[in-house]
Amino acid sequence: MRERLLSLKDEALQELEQVQSAAELNELRIKYLGKKGPLTEIMRGMGGLSAEERPVIGQVANEVRGAIEAAVQARQDAFDRAETERRLQQEKIDVTLPGRVSKQGGIHPLYRIVQKMEDIFLGMGYKVAEGPEMEQDYYNFEALNLPKNHPARDMQDSFYVTEDILMRTHTSPVQVRTMEAMKGEVPVKIICPGRVYRRDNDDATHSHVFTQVEGLVVGPNIRFSDLKGTLLQFAKEMFGPQTQIRMRPSFFPFTEPSAEVDVTCASCGGDGCRICKHTGWIEILGSGMVHPRVLQMAGYDPNEVSGFAFGIGVERIAMKKYGIDDIRHFYVNDLRFLRQFAKY
Amino acid sequence: MKVSYQWLSEYVDLTGYTAQDLAELLTRGGIEVDVVESRNKGIQQVVVGFVTEREKHPDADKLNVCKVDVGSDEQLQIVCGAPNVDAGQKVPVATVGARLPDGLKIKRAKLRGVESQGMICSAKELGMNDRLLPKEIQEGILVLPAAAEIGTDILDVLSLNDEVLELDLTPNRSDCLSMLGVAYEIATLLGREVKLPHVQEGLRESGTAASEKVQIAISAPEQCSHYAARVIDGVAIAPSPLWMQNRLMAAGIRPINNVVDITNYVMLEYGQPLHAFDADRMAGDRIDVRHAYEGERFVTLDDVERELHSHMLLITDGEKGVALAGVMGGANSEVTGTTARIVLESAKFDGGTVRKTSRELGLRSESSLRFEKEVDPARVIQALDRAASLMCQYAGGTAAKGISEHRVKEAHPLAVTVTLDKINRYLGTSLSVDQVGDILTKLRFPYQEKQSSFTVEVPTRRGDITLDVDIIEEVARLYGYDEIPTTWIEGEITPGALTASQRIRRSLRELLSSSGLLEASNYSFVQPDQIRELPGLYPQVKPVALAMPMSEERSVMRTSLLPQLVEMAVYNRNRNVEDMAVFEFGRIFLTEQEQLSELPREREMLAVLMTGNREPLHWNGKPAKTDFYDIKGVADQIVRYLGLETHIRCEELQVEGFHPGRTAGMYMTDATSHTLVGIIGQLHPELQKEKDLAETYVLELEIDALYEHVPAEIAYHALPRFPAVSRDIAVVVDESVTAGVLMDTVRASSGDLLESLSVFDIYQGEHLGAGKKSVALSLVFRHAERTLQDEEITAQYEQIVDALASTHGAELRK
Repeated sequence: MRERLLSLKDEALQELEQVQSAAELNELRIKYLGKKGPLTEIMRGMGGLSAEERPVIGQVANEVRGAIEAAVQARQDAFDRAETERRLQQEKIDVTLPGRVSKQGGIHPLYRIVQKMEDIFLGMGYKVAEGPEMEQDYYNFEALNLPKNHPARDMQDSFYVTEDILMRTHTSPVQVRTMEAMKGEVPVKIICPGRVYRRDNDDATHSHVFTQVEGLVVGPNIRFSDLKGTLLQFAKEMFGPQTQIRMRPSFFPFTEPSAEVDVTCASCGGDGCRICKHTGWIEILGSGMVHPRVLQMAGYDPNEVSGFAFGIGVERIAMKKYGIDDIRHFYVNDLRFLRQFAKY
Repeated sequence: MKVSYQWLSEYVDLTGYTAQDLAELLTRGGIEVDVVESRNKGIQQVVVGFVTEREKHPDADKLNVCKVDVGSDEQLQIVCGAPNVDAGQKVPVATVGARLPDGLKIKRAKLRGVESQGMICSAKELGMNDRLLPKEIQEGILVLPAAAEIGTDILDVLSLNDEVLELDLTPNRSDCLSMLGVAYEIATLLGREVKLPHVQEGLRESGTAASEKVQIAISAPEQCSHYAARVIDGVAIAPSPLWMQNRLMAAGIRPINNVVDITNYVMLEYGQPLHAFDADRMAGDRIDVRHAYEGERFVTLDDVERELHSHMLLITDGEKGVALAGVMGGANSEVTGTTARIVLESAKFDGGTVRKTSRELGLRSESSLRFEKEVDPARVIQALDRAASLMCQYAGGTAAKGISEHRVKEAHPLAVTVTLDKINRYLGTSLSVDQVGDILTKLRFPYQEKQSSFTVEVPTRRGDITLDVDIIEEVARLYGYDEIPTTWIEGEITPGALTASQRIRRSLRELLSSSGLLEASNYSFVQPDQIRELPGLYPQVKPVALAMPMSEERSVMRTSLLPQLVEMAVYNRNRNVEDMAVFEFGRIFLTEQEQLSELPREREMLAVLMTGNREPLHWNGKPAKTDFYDIKGVADQIVRYLGLETHIRCEELQVEGFHPGRTAGMYMTDATSHTLVGIIGQLHPELQKEKDLAETYVLELEIDALYEHVPAEIAYHALPRFPAVSRDIAVVVDESVTAGVLMDTVRASSGDLLESLSVFDIYQGEHLGAGKKSVALSLVFRHAERTLQDEEITAQYEQIVDALASTHGAELRK
């Protein structure tokens, strides 16, 4: 009997080895382990064994059954794994197809620049001041040392509404209004971003509407060298730490001394290229020490306080920074243009 | 101002400095040089020739065959087509091998069978600007003065080997509207001397004193502080010497005749405009400087009759006007070819008066340009003498003795005091007394220094310097801006911060751009029609009109951002961009006044436009068109984001330009007020059709009206500890009943227990009956302190159902 069991085991294991499918395996399982299978039959026939033989043979029978069961299970696991594998293969998709992306919005390039400038000056302790875009002649010109019929008014051709009301030609009136509101208090440290208007025919480099950020500092001992330091810091943050500035004497009625400020050309680093017209420098802003008459008209004593002011054209900076060749793009709103700025 | 390098070198030794060097120096010193231009546009080997013979070409009517002596052994035979060529003329000859400005290389040639050994040139062929040439020279060849030496290089004869610096002057540096002014500036920058002309060199005086020949009266002393005249007899009008013509042309001024050229030459030299009257065409022996009569008519030299106003200044001969002071002379006393006697004027007119006159009459001249920036009073007599001397030398005149003049007040140099301490404190420098003294010396500003305080006597030529800070600027620019240190502002620390409204605007920009909208930026000027078809929130205001718009399309200020946003959509659609989601922040301008007497109200608006597909097309999805609820969603999101749910109500609204059934007003609402602050809706289909737009939805919100209601801080609510209970209600109502009012009723009729309320389904179908709809609402109840009892919810529920029934005739849907 023992021999029969052992040969049954060998036979079963051998057959199990040959099994090709889960169905075949099931047949074999029934064949060997089923109620009508040889093992069951042998077990049933154990009744005829002696009391000594029975446990010995019983143990052998259990071992044989265990071995066959384990082999069946092993084959079953292999078939399950293969089945899972097959199913996963079937579920395969093309992962290179595009994902589902919501539409992407973005902030206008001019405002991106304004915001960056605001952040730079906020970091230096400035506040942001605003004022009307339509102004009184007094705030736009007279209080800035530009009396009526002054030749320097030709520098800014303007849109008048009435004899005394016009579209502001710079954001400097906000400086005057801020100083007036401060009623002689110092320090004043503001920047004034906003739209300004000049009578220009629109072309690639001129726009009748454009954006300015002006700055004003008034305090007990503000020096020209402070202006220089401030603008150098601004230029480094705006254009990168390698940036240098150069100041050239100039004229604005509301500052004395006055300076035009150039920064090293970012695209050639100052060596000279097409963008900077081979000078290595790009003019970006006008600045100077606040004219004593401007301080006086705004309620400050020029013997007690001094100040500096600067004005930056945002379009110009955006054009240089992004390589935009036509200022009109900023106001035409071609979505193919705006979309290019829908970035972080 | 165009400055000839050669001319300039007459006043300052320029040795060692090219025109380019000077340009760089001037620019770094504060006078920007736009461009340095060579007067030679590419001429080589063109010389002075003498036409010895001229014969008709045997086979061509319009051609001449000339024999020309160019100083070589043999005369050249040259075929020339110019009608004005003639024997006995000195002409520019491009010999074989010569080059002309357009790159033309002169070769031996045969013209209709006759050999030509060169070319006789016109001024234009020599690259000269023919706008600056007398008419007779514009056509035909350039005839040179008889004195030109045969064989001389034409570059020397016409001073074409010169370079011209074009200055872009700021209004304060009108002193550099003169060669002498530029000479002073260059001399300062180079540390060299200035050589001034001898004003009376060549002056011939004789006979009666000028003051007897012409008496001068100024009856407008505020507008004319000094008027001086000389009388020159026996002038012969002829071309001015070639060197003078060359210099005038280099400066961009057209030579006319000796007398006029001399006045222009001296104006360029001294910056003092002069005027020459034909004395024989004047009434008598006097000049009166007076205000024009209101409406007085006067014909200027350009033969235009002009109507004058009483603030304008007129020079008269006692009977009639003869010149518009400082602006332009009169046709009635103009110098002509037969003029023999000259009254030469040199005066100081008030800048503002000249400026106003020239602007009002649209008459800008080289003269007005200088007067309006205030001429140097010290040069009135110098320039007069200089011009009279030149007229004696080059126009054959003799001056009457002396000068006739009326001087209202003497001009004295201004004394300006500045301390060394102020200079250094202002600039952040540490200059010494000697350094400042050196700079003032270079500037030729006489000064006295006492205990580090400088009292500077500012020369009258520098009228722009009146204050200590003006001196400081001079010191700074000559010391060099590059040399000034960079420092940090000293003093108290100031916190940088945005205001609440600035922060809100910023975060809305972030919100909208993160929600897929692109920010646009439109011009502020619009066309009145655009406002009429889409007036937005303020249909009753009067658009502010510009006094002188550049075009009708941009003639009034916008009263809404929507018209331009719609135009922007049209623009993009025309470029095949169909899907748009755009926002814009911007100001609108509001007034009720027809004629503004005060500034209009400026309000900050936010506008949104959406059209086309809601989301970008995906390969695995169906395109869905934007609809009303997308734009409403933007509005709802803003309201929620700003915490304004309890302040803003939406109601149906009818507005011009909007779809009458698909438009809502946003109202800022509290116990006492109910103000329209926003519009959400679809454009009127008619308008869409007219603009060829697909269904387009817009939103305009007055952001300025929201700021004050936005909670300053987020208020945290404790998380719920007790469970919520949900109940749904579906009611059938007339389709005219809006979800908004149903929800109002639910809120009003339920107590504090109602935590949230939302619509989850709208249904219309035949079995509900015509004109009916079902609205399904989801209600969530919760008590903060305990678990709710079923009975209390049921009671609430019934209360709500009753209220809906009694208020809206709502029936529970079966």
